[in-house]
Amino acid sequence: MSAIDQTLARGPLLPVASTRRRRARSVRPTVALSALFAAFVALAALAPGLVTSQGPLTVHLSEGFQAPSLHHLFGTDQSGRDVYARVVYGTRESVLIGLGATAVGLGVAALLGVVAGLGGRVADGAINRLLEVLFAFPGLLLALLFVAIFGPGPGTEIVAVGLANAPGYARMIRGQVLAVKGSGYVEASRVLGHSRARTIRRTILPNAARPLVVLATLGVGQAIVWASALSFLGLGVKPPAPEWGAMLDAGRDYLQTAWWLTVFPGLAIVAFTLASTSLGRFFQQRLEGKLER
Amino acid sequence: MSAAAITVLRRLAAAAGVLLAAATVVFFLEQLMPGNPAVAILGGAGAHPSNAQIAAVDHQYGFDRPLLAQYFSYLGHLLRGDLGTSYGLHQRVTQVIGDQLGPTLVLTSTALVLAWVVAVASTLLSAGRGRTRQAIGSGIEVVLAGLPQYWLGLVLLVVFAIQLRWVPVVGGTSVQGLVLPALTLALPLAGFLGQVTRDEFGSALEQPFAVSARARGMGEREVRRRHALRHAALPGITLSGWAIGALLSGSVIVEVIYSRPGVGQLLVGAVNNQDLPVVVGVTLLVALVYVVANLLVDILYRVADPRLRAPARS
Repeated sequence: MSAIDQTLARGPLLPVASTRRRRARSVRPTVALSALFAAFVALAALAPGLVTSQGPLTVHLSEGFQAPSLHHLFGTDQSGRDVYARVVYGTRESVLIGLGATAVGLGVAALLGVVAGLGGRVADGAINRLLEVLFAFPGLLLALLFVAIFGPGPGTEIVAVGLANAPGYARMIRGQVLAVKGSGYVEASRVLGHSRARTIRRTILPNAARPLVVLATLGVGQAIVWASALSFLGLGVKPPAPEWGAMLDAGRDYLQTAWWLTVFPGLAIVAFTLASTSLGRFFQQRLEGKLER
Repeated sequence: MSAAAITVLRRLAAAAGVLLAAATVVFFLEQLMPGNPAVAILGGAGAHPSNAQIAAVDHQYGFDRPLLAQYFSYLGHLLRGDLGTSYGLHQRVTQVIGDQLGPTLVLTSTALVLAWVVAVASTLLSAGRGRTRQAIGSGIEVVLAGLPQYWLGLVLLVVFAIQLRWVPVVGGTSVQGLVLPALTLALPLAGFLGQVTRDEFGSALEQPFAVSARARGMGEREVRRRHALRHAALPGITLSGWAIGALLSGSVIVEVIYSRPGVGQLLVGAVNNQDLPVVVGVTLLVALVYVVANLLVDILYRVADPRLRAPARS
């Protein structure tokens, strides 16, 4: 259903002894396209003025509800604001929320995963049970419960989405730590007489951390989808702030007359997710390739 | 007692443990709520309730009792199937949820069936049938799986209800009104299931049992239908337990888009009003459904896959 779930279902993120070998391929066009799009998103987030000449909040009442045209690429909304400019200016907030949520999720997950992987049987058992319990709540529901308890707003949105994703990440990180722990080079480090602390710090953690790049890339796209879902339900960022999910929600009132108000902000989310999935998979394959060589 | 019965009992105990722990997690999360729940019950801070009113509500709902006492009475009520009283609607939560459950169940079960039909069709039509077809099939699946439901739903609504007028914009609980919501819920899931069944299907076609079936003179269509498909369905069965959870959370969004009555709408309204008993009730209900579904899947799996059955004692 989502990139992370798919990765979860495919088993360990980075099999130390891979059973299903992937052919080493050159960079495919989808990956190149995704990288290009990611660069554009980064530019839009850092310097939106370079990508559009119009302001996201500039009202032109006489130009309301214009269909997409060369002048207004994505059309205009009820107050004549340019939808393309709003999507571009919304990039920063949407991406920041996605990054924030991913950081929260990965941070919590790394803590749980590493403690479970290295902390011995009791810690491992306890954390595994906890994860099993958290898995009983679908992520969106966990996030909604969180919003109900702490009240809506961008801060809650980030924490809620982050925590909702944490159990999945934690399970993958734990698996990774265990796989690395059982690998030959860790044994070698022990044979060389390195202390346990040094083995953990210098050998296990850096190697277990490498696939985090993959998780983070896949995760940002998913986090944006979820955060936008909360905004869409009216529980995150509120209009008129140009955030993608909030724009979708605001455009819903005019669905009958002005489809472009919802279709284009949504397209931004879809494109971002697809790009993040495709780049994440690419990094994953690269990492796998490196290990197998 | 047979080994199979013991396995089932063990699974049951584990499921009960997960549910108990889930209820506990939710209870203690609730305690983190900033502010006084009594104020929320009395209509929020804007209603300016007096201290005497707050004290009365505290007493009525038991908020003035020690935390552990509250916890055990909460568990006791849960065991009797009592989820408490809604802060906003002043009705039993079980009744509030019960009233909305029907349409959501219809929606999610239709979507699950639809998703399976699409996934199996896509697998049968494209897996192991040459590179181009395979690439098209898996490309469609990746895109479907990546579509956020809130966007897919809006696009379907614009195209089929508003532009083409094939179905009503607000369908209510009619059969016609079910088409778009069920599709919105089913398509991303179908994309996801399809990817998994395709992988399995492809590898099943190269397995010795497929080769031997061909050697016996079985046609390729029969091999696909009788042998490979059965093999490919196995991980799909496992995923169905997970999928039910995903469908239930997806129905929250779909019900809001299509203004369809159901548990999802109820939940979003309750989150907006910080009506915690309803939110907690729905959350626990979904956790229960998820755990039970996974238990069933586990048992079904043993039925479908003879390799997993406990070997007869020799």
